[in-house]
Amino acid sequence: MSDQPQFTVKIDQNKYLPEGGREVHAIVSVESAGGVAAAAPAAQAAEVIIIDTSGSMTYPDTKLRAAIAAAQTAVDTLRDGVMFAVVSGSNSAKMVFPQQAALVPANERNRAAAKAALKRLTAQGGTAIGSWLRLADQLFDPYQAGVRHAILLTDGKNQHESPEELQAVLARCAGRFVCDCRGVGTDWEVAELRKVANALLGTVDIVADPADLVADFRAMTQAAMGKAVADVALRVWTPQTARLKFVKQVMPNVQDLSAMRAETAPQAGDYPLGAWGAESRDYQICVEVPPGEVGKELRAAWVKLVVPGGPGQEAQVLATGNVLAQWTDDEALSTKINARVAHYTGQSELADVIQEGLAARRDGDLDTATARLGRAVKLADEAGNEAVTAALRKVVDVLDPATGTVRLKANVEKADEMSLDTTSTKTVRTRKDETVRTRRSEV
Amino acid sequence: MNGNGNGDMNGEGNDTAVEANESAANGPAAGDGAGGAGEANAGGTGARREQGAVKPAELACPQCGVVVYPGEAFCENCGRQLIAGRPGSGAPRPSGRTRCVGCGEAAVDGEGYCEHCGMKQPADRDHLEVELVTPGGPVAGVSDRGKRYARNEDAFAIAPHTTGVAAVVCDGVGSSPRPETASRAAADTAAAEIATALGAGAAPGDAVRAAVRKAAEAVAGLADSPEASPSCTFVAAVTGPDGVTVGWVGDSRAYWLSESDTSPSAALRDTGELDSSQVTADLKGDPNATTPDAETLPLGPSRRLTDDDSWAAFMVASGALTEAEAEAHPNAHVITAWMGADAGEVRPHVRGFVPDRPGTLLVCSDGLWNYFPGAGDLAAVLRNAQADPAADPTGAARILVRHALDAGGRDNITVAVLPMAAAPRTEQDR
Ligand SMILES: [Zn+2]
Ligand SMILES: [Zn+2]
Repeated sequence: MSDQPQFTVKIDQNKYLPEGGREVHAIVSVESAGGVAAAAPAAQAAEVIIIDTSGSMTYPDTKLRAAIAAAQTAVDTLRDGVMFAVVSGSNSAKMVFPQQAALVPANERNRAAAKAALKRLTAQGGTAIGSWLRLADQLFDPYQAGVRHAILLTDGKNQHESPEELQAVLARCAGRFVCDCRGVGTDWEVAELRKVANALLGTVDIVADPADLVADFRAMTQAAMGKAVADVALRVWTPQTARLKFVKQVMPNVQDLSAMRAETAPQAGDYPLGAWGAESRDYQICVEVPPGEVGKELRAAWVKLVVPGGPGQEAQVLATGNVLAQWTDDEALSTKINARVAHYTGQSELADVIQEGLAARRDGDLDTATARLGRAVKLADEAGNEAVTAALRKVVDVLDPATGTVRLKANVEKADEMSLDTTSTKTVRTRKDETVRTRRSEV
Repeated sequence: MNGNGNGDMNGEGNDTAVEANESAANGPAAGDGAGGAGEANAGGTGARREQGAVKPAELACPQCGVVVYPGEAFCENCGRQLIAGRPGSGAPRPSGRTRCVGCGEAAVDGEGYCEHCGMKQPADRDHLEVELVTPGGPVAGVSDRGKRYARNEDAFAIAPHTTGVAAVVCDGVGSSPRPETASRAAADTAAAEIATALGAGAAPGDAVRAAVRKAAEAVAGLADSPEASPSCTFVAAVTGPDGVTVGWVGDSRAYWLSESDTSPSAALRDTGELDSSQVTADLKGDPNATTPDAETLPLGPSRRLTDDDSWAAFMVASGALTEAEAEAHPNAHVITAWMGADAGEVRPHVRGFVPDRPGTLLVCSDGLWNYFPGAGDLAAVLRNAQADPAADPTGAARILVRHALDAGGRDNITVAVLPMAAAPRTEQDR
């Protein structure tokens, strides 16, 4: 573990609370740096590529062909020595390569064999995502110490198993591997795939045009190959009398981690963050503390980035930060809102209102849809989130972005609606951050 | 107001904040002839001895017993701190974990936070308590950050000398840079200088003036430029066989509280302030004195011993405003004299007093007297809380600080409590 990247934890907050104040918000920025990209990632890596081969993949046939080409590219992107397998999924999961249910090392011969096997794929049958994930979990089982990453591509709804069956598989697989999910075409359900991605700490996205699959798979595989630490977690300690209200990832996308808490130490719980490469992510935490006397200062949360370690093993602490609370009767201090807290609070709300607005639109509640999507336009404008603004403009006509006055478009492409949904959780950094970044890169 | 990254956390000391009952020095009694250093302090709390009968004995280090020079900050033999009031020294930290001042769990971590309730333990200077055993009994100082300021810019130092004790309180001027460095330097320098000068045979008034000179130099030396000069106020009180000597620059104050006014059993007596005829009676040698030949003043009922170098005091003294009008004015707390590179020559007021009854000297910053300006107000706080300054000066100092906090704590609060057991002899021994 000696060539692990250097991690830093930075806290942004306004620690001052008014008399009687209870709620403490903070942004926890976790960054790794220090030659990760240059040095070969230390951790052993395992990759499973899961391709939907239900019958619908041949309507049109370009979907299956693009999926095969994308999977072949992913295989080519694997580093030598990475343990891998390709799985096809329909009513059940089948090994594409190798034939036996096991991972094999990436090398010239295995890559060629895998690509040849992919070429022979045909599509028939239904969709049972849970069964695909179960096979992936089985394949990853011997490799729990290394980086474990799966890519799942589907084009349809999970119709051939019950939501309960899928839920049970997700509970089983959580923390055992990370899975990035992609939907091709427009016959799949964003909410369903998002649930899979969230449970497995991955991303969800639409690849509306099959031609774009190759580039997307290459990017996902490259990112997975860049991971240097398999499993890190945010360990959050809170005072005996406090309550941790939520822990959310807010950058690069919004994802509530609260339900993933594992009790680890007295007054502390771990929130899994998956694997890390040279990257930075931001988290928002909210703690409710008992009100204190004016002048009193409290550590409202003690945040540690840890590698949890096996049973009976001490966790390895990579970096720490303090979230503080101090009560004051100076309103100038207590009413100040930290810019980054405000920024990410706004973007969490942005994701919520878009999803609510789209749901209302589907349900025919056009007043609610207009109100929510209008609010979204305003929030996206304030945050400078141009990707979301562009996606919104394909669903609504914007009359005034400053007030969020919009009109629902009469005809909206299904792909545009789904794109807006998948884009809703993708966040941007504060404008100030970007300015700083620009300046730094100029030096 | 953010960015409390790790860097912030280590700034102020992680040491235990409260140094209660630190006995930083004990001078052997100037008293009963045969008394050696070992025996001198046997009386402990409340020991009352007739002073000045023989040549003062030498000071001994309370830790190793080696004879030390008055005014030395540390014992040369064992390193023990001899002048009390500087945070972060004194008794070594107990091994194991410190108890949380909030919840009582022995769970304070290296960063100064309780791992049970999360409370940040007060930094050294946030709340500091010191008690010193002297031949005349215990004396104490308590300083608190208050509720509004992020740091404590007050400083105090208490130094034993061979026949009594010197207490100095300084208040950093908020509009100057790094005011906490000014108050610290002034208090430490002056306390050491007073004890040294008295040990060398100087008269108390001269010792105070020499101390002010040195302290002013030390503070002026902190300035990067005349435009950016750390500044502070200054007040010193010295007890000894000759009585009490006070010296000040700015609006930090000294008070005399007669025992009969602080005693719970006593009815409230006259607690009038110094009247104007006495105000001019600064000690001989004070360049500010208008009556250079004035005698030291008898000290009976409770009263304030100092007159602020402030706009308010000036307006009242010149008859332009009543005390109430002056206090209500926004300029009230503008000081007209201070220590700092931009202060020019610093000329203290120095006055001598001879108490004719037992009582207590209070030396304090405006964080206390803002809430309790009159000697009678301060005496009432102690009387109502049934404090006994002579037996428990730390308790008395804590009560005063607590009351200032409860009244708002808008400034740093510092008070030294110096009980005077009996009326000193009026004739000179030297
Ligand atoms: Zn010693
Ligand atoms: Zn505690």
